[in-house]
Amino acid sequence: MTDQTTLSPDQARAAIRDAIRKIIPDADFDSLAEDASFQSALELDSLDFLSFVEQLSAATGIRIDESDYPDLASMATSVAFLTRSNQ
Amino acid sequence: MATFTMPSLGADMEEGTLLEWLVKPGDTVRKGDIVAVVDTAKAAVEVETFVDGVVQELLVAPGTTVPVGQALATFGETATTAATTPTAAPVAAPTGPRPAPPPVHSPLVRRQAERLGVDLTHVVGTGRAGVVTRRDVTRAAEAIATRPARPEPSAPGARIRVAPYARRLAEELGVDLSALAPPPGGEPIRAKDVRAAAAKTTVAGTTAAETAHTPRPDAMRGVIANLMARSKREVPHYYLATTIDLTRALDWLHERNRDLPVSDRLVPAALMLKATALAAQARPALNGFWIDGSFRPADQVHLGIAISLRGGGLVAPALHDAANLALTDLMAQMRDLVTRARGGRLRGSEISDPTLTVTNLGEQGVELVHGVIYPPQVALVGFGRIVERPWAVDGLIGVRSVTTATLSGDHRATDGFTGARFLADIEQRLQQPEEL
Amino acid sequence: MTDTLETTYREALREAIRDAMRADDRVFLMGEDVGDYGGCFAVSLGLLEEFGPDRIRDTPLSESAFVGAGIGAAIAGMRPIVEVMTVNFSLLALDQIMNNAASLLHMSGGQFNVPLVIRMTTGAGRQLAAQHSHSLEGWYAHIPGLRVLTPATLEDARGMLATALGDPDPVLIFEHGSLYAMKGTLAADAGAVDIDHAAIRRPGTDVSLITYGGSLGKTLEAAVLLDQDGVSAEVLDLRTLRPLDDEAIMDSVRRTHHAVVVDEGWRTGSISAEISARIMEQALYDLDAPVERVCTAEVPLPYAKHLEAAALPQPAGIAAAAHRTLG
Repeated sequence: MTDQTTLSPDQARAAIRDAIRKIIPDADFDSLAEDASFQSALELDSLDFLSFVEQLSAATGIRIDESDYPDLASMATSVAFLTRSNQ
Repeated sequence: MATFTMPSLGADMEEGTLLEWLVKPGDTVRKGDIVAVVDTAKAAVEVETFVDGVVQELLVAPGTTVPVGQALATFGETATTAATTPTAAPVAAPTGPRPAPPPVHSPLVRRQAERLGVDLTHVVGTGRAGVVTRRDVTRAAEAIATRPARPEPSAPGARIRVAPYARRLAEELGVDLSALAPPPGGEPIRAKDVRAAAAKTTVAGTTAAETAHTPRPDAMRGVIANLMARSKREVPHYYLATTIDLTRALDWLHERNRDLPVSDRLVPAALMLKATALAAQARPALNGFWIDGSFRPADQVHLGIAISLRGGGLVAPALHDAANLALTDLMAQMRDLVTRARGGRLRGSEISDPTLTVTNLGEQGVELVHGVIYPPQVALVGFGRIVERPWAVDGLIGVRSVTTATLSGDHRATDGFTGARFLADIEQRLQQPEEL
Repeated sequence: MTDTLETTYREALREAIRDAMRADDRVFLMGEDVGDYGGCFAVSLGLLEEFGPDRIRDTPLSESAFVGAGIGAAIAGMRPIVEVMTVNFSLLALDQIMNNAASLLHMSGGQFNVPLVIRMTTGAGRQLAAQHSHSLEGWYAHIPGLRVLTPATLEDARGMLATALGDPDPVLIFEHGSLYAMKGTLAADAGAVDIDHAAIRRPGTDVSLITYGGSLGKTLEAAVLLDQDGVSAEVLDLRTLRPLDDEAIMDSVRRTHHAVVVDEGWRTGSISAEISARIMEQALYDLDAPVERVCTAEVPLPYAKHLEAAALPQPAGIAAAAHRTLG
C-alpha cells in the first residue's frame, strides 16, 4: 500500500488512471480534459463509479466516503482530493 | 514448412474460437500480416503471423474452438501446394512435412483447367501422391464460380452448407451463420440449428451455451435491430410514467453505506431493481412471456438488466430470482453481471431467462425513458435520472430527490390499469427502503 | 347432422354411376364385362338390370376400339363413361386417349370438345404381378388436355364422377384396386365434389406428406407412427394429379418446411418428380431439407407377396423418409 504521507499529484494521477483502466481498459486519457466529468466523458454508470472508488481506495489506502463522491467527478478534482487527503 | 497455431492472447486464455480466416491457401504472407480473427471470449482479436510463407493448408474451420497451441494452418515456402477443405473438427497437426506433390499434370487436366480458367498452382490434388485430378479442377472451377455470389467471405473451399429455409431464417433472426458450429458428419445447418442459436443468442448475439463469446458489433446490431423491429411491429405498447420521491430511500441508503467499506455499499439502482422485482412478484401479470397468442406467467422474477456495452450494443442478462435476493446479494450479483456482460462472459441461462427488463438510462442523464419491450416479455420498466426538485410534502414545499419511473406494457397481455397499479406498487416499496 | 350410411368404395362408385345415369340420359357405361358380369371389380353389379343393355354395354376385348368409340360418342353429344379394366391395358388405348381425346379440342381449333370420362383401376397390392399392378397415372398426368383424378376416399369415389361428367373435356379417374373393399360411412346425401383442390387429410406442423390414391391410407398410418415419435405430420391428398394444386402443396410446405412425396409409381420420371420439382421452383427458400420421395422400387412388380410388399411404399418407409428430412 502506498505510503499515505507521500502521495504526490503525479502519484495521485497515476492511481486514478490505473483505477479507471481496470474498468475501461482502453480509456483514452489523452483526450480527457482535466475538468471533464468522468461520468459523461467515460460513460461511467453508478456501478462503474463504485468500482472506481473501490480501486482507488484500495490502491491509495485512502478512505472514501459517499460524501466524498462529488470530489471524484473529474481528474482535477480527484487529484486535489487525493493529495489533500494526505496532508 | 511452418505451423500457425492458436496463439495465447492473455495469461488466462486456454482456448480460442477461430472466427474468420483472412487468408486462403496459396496466399503469400509476410511476418506481421493479419491472417485470422480469433475470439478469446473477451474480444475478437486479429492475429498476425510471425513467419513469411505461403498459406498451404487451413486446418480449422471458422467457428471451431481449439486450445492454445493447436495448429490452425500450415505455411509452406512455395505456392505449388495448397489446401484441402478445412474440416469441422480440429485436426491434429501433421506429424512431419508431407512430400510436395509433383508439379506434373496430365494433359487432360491441363486442358480442362485451361477451358475452365483454373490456375492449377492453386488446386489441391486429391489423387495418388497429391496428383490433381479432373474432379479437383471441376471443383476448383465451381468454387470460383460461386465465390463472387457469396455475400460473406467464408473459409476458402469450405462453403457453409445451409438449408435454404435455414438460411432465410438466419437472416430473419439475425443469426450469423458463419459463427455456427457446423453440424457433425457434414450435415447442413438446418432451421433447428438456427433456432437453437437464436434462442441462445437473444439480444446478446452470443453463441456458446455456457460461456458466451463477445459478439461482433455488426452481428449484435443486427440482432438488436431484428428484435426491436419485431417488438415495435408486433407488440402494441402502452406507456405509463410516475414520478417517485426517493428522498427517504436515498437517506436510508446513505445512512447504511456510511459505515461500510466501498465494496459493500449499495447504489440506488439496487433499490429500484429490488422494488421492481418485489412488485413483479406481487403482480405476476407483467412478469412472463407472450407466446402463441397467450400470456404465460413466469414462476420467478428474473430481472433483465439492460447493460450498455462499451463500443456500442446492449445486453439484458437476467438477475435470477431477484425478488428473493437480499439487497447485498442483489448488489453483488448485479456488479458481477455487469462486469461479465462487458467482458463477454455471460452464461447462456442469463441471456435467455429474463422475465421482465429494467433499464436505468437515467444514469446517463435522461429524466424519462420509454423503453421497447424485449419480446416475448410483456413489460419493461425504466428509471430516469435522480434529480432534486421542489416538491410538496404535507403541504410544504421542500427540495426532494425524485426519479421518473416508466412502464412500457404489452397491451395484449395487460391493460393500463394493471400497469398503473404495478408502478404505484414500485413507488410504495421505494418509500419503505428498509423493507426491501 | 345429416344421416349417414355404411358403404364401401365400390358401392360409392356404383351409386355415383347410378345417379349420373338417372340424371342424364346421355350418360352410358361401356367396357369389358361391365354388363352381365357386373364389372371386373363388381362396380357395375346390378346396373344392367336397372338400365338395360343399351346403356350398360359390354365391349370386345379391344381397348383401342371401345375407347375410340367412347370418344366418338362424346363428340357426337353423348356423355360416355368408359371403364378400362386396369391402367396396364389402357396402354392399348393410349393412342386414342392421347392423340384423339386429349388433342381434338386443340386440333379442331376449339370446335370439338370430348366430354368423356374414362375410369380405370390402378395400383398393386393384390398379387396380380407385373402386368396388372402398375401405377401409370403419372404418365397420363403428363398429357395436356386431360384431367386426372385419383379418388382416395368414399366421398371422392361418390362425388368425383358427377363433376367429371360436367367437364367438357376428357377426364380420367384412377381407382386404386386396394380401395374397392374399403368400408366407411358416407353422408346419405353425399354428391358431387370439387375436383380442383387437394385436401389436407391430417393437419400437422413438422413435415408435409404429399400423396394420393392408394397411398393415402399408408401415409396416414405413417403419420400415426410419426406422431408416436413426436413428429406432427401433415398429410396432403392431392386428389387431382392434373392439374396439380400447386397452391395447396406450397401452402403446406411453407408451413412445415419439410416435404415427403409418396407415390406408388416408379421414381424415375414420375409425378413425384414433378411435385418435387415444383416445390423446388416455388418454395426452395422454405425448404429446410431436400424433398424426400417414397416410390415403388424400379422393378416390374413381383408376384410373391413379400416381394410385392417390399417393392411398394409402406408406412415404416414413409416415416423413415420423414425423419430423414427432419435431420
